[in-house]
Amino acid sequence: MALLRHTTGEIKERKALTVNPAKTCQPIGAMYAALGVHNCFPHSHGSQGCCAYHRSTLTRHYKEPIVAGTSSFTEGSSVFGGQSNLITAIDNIFTLYDPEIIAVHTTCLSETIGDDLRQISQKAKDDGKVPEGKVLIYASTPSYVGTHITGYSNMVKGILKGFVAKTGTPNGKLNIIPGFCEPSDMAELRRLCGMMGIEIIMVPDTNGVVNGPMTGKYEMFPKGGATKEEIATMGDSMATIGLGRWATTDAVNYLDADFKVPGTILGMPIGLQATDRFIETLHKLTGKAVPDAITFERGQLVDIISDYDQYLYGKKVALAGDPDQLLPLVELIVTLGMIPAYVVSGTAGKYFEDRMAELTKDVPYDCKYKCGPQADMYLLHQWIKNDPVDLLIGNTYLKYIARDEDIPLLRHGFPILDRVGHQYFPTFGYSGGMRLLEKILAAIMDRQDRDAPETRFELQM
Amino acid sequence: MSSKPINVEEIKKELIAKMPTKVARKRAKSIVPGAGGSGEAIPEIQANVRTVPGIITQRGCTYAGCKGVVLGPSRDIVNLTHGPIGCGFYSWLTRRNETDAGPDGDNFIPYCFSTDLTEHDIVFGGMKKLSAAIQEAYDNFHPKAISVFSTCPVGLIGDDIHSVARQMQEKLGITVFANSCEGYRGVSQSAGHHIANNQIMKHIIGTDDTPVEGKYKINILGEYNIGGDAFEIERILEKCGITLIATFSGNSTVESFRKAHFADLNTVMCHRSLNYVAEMMETKFGIPWIKVNFIGAHATAKSLRRIATYFEDQELLDRVEQVIAEEMPAIEAAIKDIRPRTEGKTAMMFVGGSRAHHYQELFGELGMKVLCAGYEFAHRDDYEGRHVLPKIKVDADSRNIEELEVEQDATRYKPRKTPEQLEALKAKGVEVKDYDGMIGQMDKNSLIIDDISQYETEKLIEIMKPDIFCAGIKEKYIIQKMGMPMKQLHNYDIGGPYAGFVGAINWYRDIDRMVNSKIWSLTKAPWQSEGPELEASYVAE
Repeated sequence: MALLRHTTGEIKERKALTVNPAKTCQPIGAMYAALGVHNCFPHSHGSQGCCAYHRSTLTRHYKEPIVAGTSSFTEGSSVFGGQSNLITAIDNIFTLYDPEIIAVHTTCLSETIGDDLRQISQKAKDDGKVPEGKVLIYASTPSYVGTHITGYSNMVKGILKGFVAKTGTPNGKLNIIPGFCEPSDMAELRRLCGMMGIEIIMVPDTNGVVNGPMTGKYEMFPKGGATKEEIATMGDSMATIGLGRWATTDAVNYLDADFKVPGTILGMPIGLQATDRFIETLHKLTGKAVPDAITFERGQLVDIISDYDQYLYGKKVALAGDPDQLLPLVELIVTLGMIPAYVVSGTAGKYFEDRMAELTKDVPYDCKYKCGPQADMYLLHQWIKNDPVDLLIGNTYLKYIARDEDIPLLRHGFPILDRVGHQYFPTFGYSGGMRLLEKILAAIMDRQDRDAPETRFELQM
Repeated sequence: MSSKPINVEEIKKELIAKMPTKVARKRAKSIVPGAGGSGEAIPEIQANVRTVPGIITQRGCTYAGCKGVVLGPSRDIVNLTHGPIGCGFYSWLTRRNETDAGPDGDNFIPYCFSTDLTEHDIVFGGMKKLSAAIQEAYDNFHPKAISVFSTCPVGLIGDDIHSVARQMQEKLGITVFANSCEGYRGVSQSAGHHIANNQIMKHIIGTDDTPVEGKYKINILGEYNIGGDAFEIERILEKCGITLIATFSGNSTVESFRKAHFADLNTVMCHRSLNYVAEMMETKFGIPWIKVNFIGAHATAKSLRRIATYFEDQELLDRVEQVIAEEMPAIEAAIKDIRPRTEGKTAMMFVGGSRAHHYQELFGELGMKVLCAGYEFAHRDDYEGRHVLPKIKVDADSRNIEELEVEQDATRYKPRKTPEQLEALKAKGVEVKDYDGMIGQMDKNSLIIDDISQYETEKLIEIMKPDIFCAGIKEKYIIQKMGMPMKQLHNYDIGGPYAGFVGAINWYRDIDRMVNSKIWSLTKAPWQSEGPELEASYVAE
């Protein structure tokens, strides 16, 4: 019997009910972004369940300690405002955990009652609750607006607003704002820029924070993360590249408008062409030559794609996730000769519709895609019920559809609760593309082996 | 394991030394020593009070307790979260409530239903969207019941979810009820348990009078079928010939709740989550309750004997003894193999509202000692025993959780035992309406800590160096980074069942594996070992 036994192919229009969402809420994105700043303690201003849920989900995804504070609202704070809770929290956090920075984000509760973080932060400073040299930064992240991607975007901008200054002396560096991606992807961005000989400031940078080593000693603030000194100099950088339109546009525009650091927004460098555009942009912005080693890696990726075309061509794929991740993935799927048959994203935006139309215009299949309200995994599953696919790509929640419909699943996105690898091995860049290809091909070829009749079971594939 | 003599007062001082004065004063009241066995004075502990803001807490919220814990495991209810998407998303399949829906049964557990409120709804109100979502849930899924859960902003904007539920119940002709379980209500998950249980009591229990067959009929209150615990308990009860009508709420159905009033005995596993339901069912239907514990092989045997003694039937008593005799050889064989590797090791447990007590039986069976324990969301009676109930002050945070007033049901009330019979049972060791709590059973040199913080956890481990620590997912990797295994006792990691006889053996094996894993001794690279630097031979030559 099917696990999702109540899902049928009969699609009824829904306007109010979301079933099995392909998104979650703002504050978790803000908490994740804050972890990418060195010696920074995320704090959730609301009731304690939000913080518990966000910590639990990030912990399950990374299998790493994720600590954060909460203002622990009770009914009284909800009526009279959360100021005193937040000021108490700030005092306790600096006293007990001694971070350099506290990054406060709101929740739907504190937003609805109208708590003003700027004013409360000022009050905390005036009351002497912020020790010398310590910093409070904040972002407004109401859960009823946007998604976890919006929250990430808001906190990244909050981080920049907290630190960026301009001295007028160029630092010769390039700013990189990665979208909501894995620490391994951030490490890959650093590696590629290093190969190009480009000095970068990357905010946030969760590499080393949420994929750390076991040493026998617990460090609340590991070595990783962008430092506040580093972030402070971003106003002197030559340019900013934002990777992911939803997650980075605000931050890139902020640096452009307030510090006159010219910004470029690209898609996440997933797959061949998206990585090409990233490397090309690095080359043009900095004037640095692309080293042979990068061109070599590119060639390897092209080589794999051409070698394995026969396993990929015409295969149908269904994807769910965040638009910044989905669009380059869909581009890769199309490049591979596969069909992005169904795509859903809980995070909305007109650009998604436009770009999907552009990417799928020559695909010989009536691809279905939707973003925003009711663009959920229930709808995705109903589409699959009506016409099945060969591969699923998305987070762990898709495994129920994968099992019910007997379709291989490539885990990608957030959260991944049941596999290892996303923390350590990137999908960004050409080498990340090779890893994606390896996983896509393994899923398809394992399936072929499993289903092959004795007479067609092949040693070589 | 620490060989230093343990001075609990010194340890307590160390735990709170760095805290701001007011915080230290407050936390000190939540840290007490054990009472060293029965007969000793039980110290008073502060529990069920607000968490200190900014202190990293284990606790979650009222919504989590209501939707995630209590109603979540009922498989045939469409549990609809009314709020922004996050709350529904995070409580989606994260509790490991195993479910057997059978070939034709309903199972909505793998689904997450939400009204996904947006800014427009927060400004203009979400009631219309809620009605529409209930209608769409009905049209798509045709469930027997729909339950609505309000999240923080819903309470603030004042959506009347109960009237929407009433209207939709009338319109659809199925059970629709709502829970005002906004996250800011109460001080922990515990408030949410209470809210959910009240609604189950009000809207479901005793609404189906189709008689239930069975000679010995019971309910289990406070068992959530994490990792299949309820399946093992069901197996054992069936073997004993005991009819289990309803489990609140592991692997449960609306149908089973409706008929729960036919039970002749309520057995309470988790005292925290359901003691008040047991009380209400006694008042309303005349069903007595006893405290049981199916965690631990000997605890299971003891609980089965208590149930059999309650029914005062030789056939059942004999059957129970026979089942215990059949199950015990496997337990003894496992203990004989494993105990030499676990004997003398130590543990700490900070989890839930009963588990930190129940699991001490299992550690005891392995020859392990629990140095410190505490609950995440318990009340004083769970620590000190029910005798403190009249002394517990009701504060503002408890006052906003509805207390149901129930009366004898005009047609369904039937006293199961006379006061004389209950008195006689007491003489045989089966006391109804009784629970001694955790403190009395813990060593004088142990520490009992309510709502332990991450900071206190880290200090406690540094000082006492246990061999294993039990808590939840948020604590797991903090502790493991310190080079110590951490067992999740809410979710069991991927393990379980740990209840009953089969569960006990699973537990012995998992704990053996964890405390004896080689990896904990390999956290340092060979070149990081202390002592004089090795001479580099190539260079020296």
